[in-house]
Amino acid sequence: MELNQLTIHELQEKMKAGETTSTDIVQSVFRRIDAVEKDVHAYILLTREAALEQAAHADGEIRKGRFQALTGIPIALKDLLCTRGVTTTCASRILHNYVPPYDATVVEKLRAAGAVFTGKTNMDEFAMGSSTETSWFGITRNPWDLERIPGGSSGGSAAAVAADECIAAIGSDTGGSIRQPAALCGVVGMKPTYGRVSRFGLVAFASSLDQIGPFTRDVEDCAILMNVIAGYDPKESTSVPAEVPDYRQYVSRGIDGWTVGIPREYFIEGIDAEVLEAVQRSVKVVEGLGAKCTEISLPHTEYCLAVYYIVAPAEASSNLARYDGVKYGFRSQDGRDLLDMYKKSRSAGFGAEVKRRIMLGTYVLSSGYYDAYYKKASQVRALIKRDFDEAFKSCDVILTPTTPTPAFRVGEKTDDPMQMYLSDIFTISTNLAGIPGIAVPCGFTRGGLPIGVQFLAGHMGEAKLMQIAGAYEKSAHLEKRRPNL
Amino acid sequence: MEYEPVIGLEIHAQLLTDAKIFCGCSTKFGGSPNSHTCQICLGMPGVLPVLNRKVVEYTIRMGLATHCRINEECNFARKNYFYPDLPKGYQISQYAYPLAEHGYVDIELETGRKRIGITRIHMEEDAGKLLHDEHNPSSYVDLNRTGVPLIEIVSEPDIRSAEEASDYLRRLHEILVYLEICDGNMEEGSFRCDANVSIRPKGQDAFGTRTELKNMNSFRNVQRALEYEIKRQQYILEGGHEVVQETRLWDDTAGVTHSMRSKEEAHDYRYFPDPDLVTVALSREWVEEILKDQPELPLEKRERFVRDYQIPAYDAGVLTTSRALADYYEEVVRLTGQPKTASNWVMGEILRFLNEEKKDIAACPITPQALADMILLIEAGTISGKIAKEVIEEMYKTGKPAKAIIAEKGLVQITDEAALARVVSEVMAANPNQLSQYRGGKEKLFGYFVGQVMKATQGKANPQLINDLLKKMLAG
Repeated sequence: MELNQLTIHELQEKMKAGETTSTDIVQSVFRRIDAVEKDVHAYILLTREAALEQAAHADGEIRKGRFQALTGIPIALKDLLCTRGVTTTCASRILHNYVPPYDATVVEKLRAAGAVFTGKTNMDEFAMGSSTETSWFGITRNPWDLERIPGGSSGGSAAAVAADECIAAIGSDTGGSIRQPAALCGVVGMKPTYGRVSRFGLVAFASSLDQIGPFTRDVEDCAILMNVIAGYDPKESTSVPAEVPDYRQYVSRGIDGWTVGIPREYFIEGIDAEVLEAVQRSVKVVEGLGAKCTEISLPHTEYCLAVYYIVAPAEASSNLARYDGVKYGFRSQDGRDLLDMYKKSRSAGFGAEVKRRIMLGTYVLSSGYYDAYYKKASQVRALIKRDFDEAFKSCDVILTPTTPTPAFRVGEKTDDPMQMYLSDIFTISTNLAGIPGIAVPCGFTRGGLPIGVQFLAGHMGEAKLMQIAGAYEKSAHLEKRRPNL
Repeated sequence: MEYEPVIGLEIHAQLLTDAKIFCGCSTKFGGSPNSHTCQICLGMPGVLPVLNRKVVEYTIRMGLATHCRINEECNFARKNYFYPDLPKGYQISQYAYPLAEHGYVDIELETGRKRIGITRIHMEEDAGKLLHDEHNPSSYVDLNRTGVPLIEIVSEPDIRSAEEASDYLRRLHEILVYLEICDGNMEEGSFRCDANVSIRPKGQDAFGTRTELKNMNSFRNVQRALEYEIKRQQYILEGGHEVVQETRLWDDTAGVTHSMRSKEEAHDYRYFPDPDLVTVALSREWVEEILKDQPELPLEKRERFVRDYQIPAYDAGVLTTSRALADYYEEVVRLTGQPKTASNWVMGEILRFLNEEKKDIAACPITPQALADMILLIEAGTISGKIAKEVIEEMYKTGKPAKAIIAEKGLVQITDEAALARVVSEVMAANPNQLSQYRGGKEKLFGYFVGQVMKATQGKANPQLINDLLKKMLAG
């Protein structure tokens, strides 16, 4: 195995044993990038020189016997995490040249833990999409089948991990944007509890739903990254002031005696037969681990998509108002006056999907419509949250499919927003409820496409997710495959 | 037909916190453009607001001072609109759930006291400023003011004239400054006022169509603009036309209001709860703590001065126009035990000196102790009240104590009876005609002799003693 194919904990062992160096690892990653990036296009920006400098620094630290949680580990960052002095575009023309003057809290924490940054990964523009096809910088392809999408919006991060173009990556999840691409690319992806990981420096799409999380090769790596990025941040008002447990301890604890809820609303018609089969096999694995699987109901599930497509665009319409051509980013040069400059800058600066959601959001917040849409949606959102509260009274975790289908073809759904939105149907409720979820690989279709199972836990239940995902991963005995690039 | 104006005022007051409402930047006025900014108040992508606790405290203070209900919970909302001085494209304000509601302020009119209702007081962030280049077709943005904390105080439509509006405004201004939560500087924009005005036939309950007035940056302009607008609306109605609902700008130079935007052009602000901020929960304990710590307010102070010091309401009004002036006065009273005399000196001489130089009591070179010492010298008979006016002027100019000035200039009152009797004799000898006229029954000449004695002693003679001596000696 090449260094770039290993996990964080495997590389840490090797570095500690003096068998390899961070520089070797980073070079191995960039060799892979040089070989496959033209096909995959996981990155918007590569920061090779800085990465090599960081690796050299890490090697110096290691020689002095100083190991931190991520010393020398190459990590890719979704291009909506602010990086001081390095462009942060959100895959949008309107921010194509934007260089933040500060680091996101998560970036600061990763840096302080010794991580090496390989670059900024591709995504759907402003995280609005499920296929990484709305990026101003071009599409990302699924490493398992280049004719297919990697999922989205964090498709670049998922593809980079799957294609061994980094060791782990950071993404963001507003309605499934970590878990859906993780499932479609065959890697582990976690969306933590709302408020568990600081949003400071994450360019906002929908503030009440956005959450940062990791993409990794296994659950142990997920725990390692969560140990670093989780925690209270006084710069964020919605940050949860709670201690961070050592998530790594939970990975091998097992789930004997647990109750796992299987929500009947998540096994709907239209779900792909092979996905269904794989998820049902997962249920058997979980039962084999000593857990009791029981059918439960989340009665307001059918409203999730509708609520989401009111709340998220409403918040987005306001969050994206600052991109007006005045202060930074793209400005149209042929505006006749202020209003015309605004219109032309925003018309040319944003892509179609972003504009669609800004218009939708503007509409639902308009005077006379607010009560019927935004207010009503907020009320239903409270009911959705209550469904989960009820469910977690009797279950430790919930098991569902992550996506209704495996990765679809490039261009297959770009003309049909509704079909595209439906690909997040199993992941959206988690964000509306603010609870944590994790997508874990659970097999392949006969055509060789990855499938992911999703575990959900109650508020601040990340440790439980590490526990079940770790136990599941160990016992599922999945065939070890790598994409053939 | 007789019309009655209906006026409601919206006041924006900048709070005197050191830091901005959602970041740590300085709120100081007048730094070089964009020097008091950071990624948060600049609205850079990815930043988040964190509420400054001091802003909440100050708003509670104002709420309590205006008898509002302090809501146990309130939250922030986004007011969405595009303008280059608003870097996020929305202003963080409060909408459905303001901090304080249902209060009032009493104003003093010639006809008596009147209560003006306060609908709500809420917290929000200020916007920046545009600077226009006269020689270039370009504008610049200064975001130093962006994120400076404001409270908006909305009155009920209880105001019925421009004078009432002006008085209400002064009362609110006074309270804010008393609470030391706003410097009240209207020119620098730390105290701003918008007005909603309509008129209706007297006796009618329903409101007429209102206009909103903006850009009135002094008390006088608020009154002038309202007077103009009331007349303008009256003229329209009397001509058989209808008032158009719109926003109008006051033009100070021309003395008129201009249409700025019509109702149709009004923004739809698309308010919704700001998801980046959590609900502000106010504990009863905290509010009570703040209440305990509230300073005495102008109206209470005024009433206490009249009651305790037995001074006229007018004096009490003048002496309580600022907390510092009232404190100054009270200190003089404490040191002299003479409230009315103290009031006369503070209102008469001290305020006159300060007003001539447009200075504040804080800049007064005469300390309360120095003034008290001088008052006590009058009481002790060391100087006369007349001489004291000369002394105090010198005290103000030089900052020297009264005693030093009296000694330097030899202003000690002559109370030596024998010495004064000699002067009286000399005056009588020098004015034989007047003396015989007086003795012949022309008693009006008594004053003449007093004047002559004063002149001979350069005003230093003890007036009572002169009186007594003259009466005795003139009688022969």
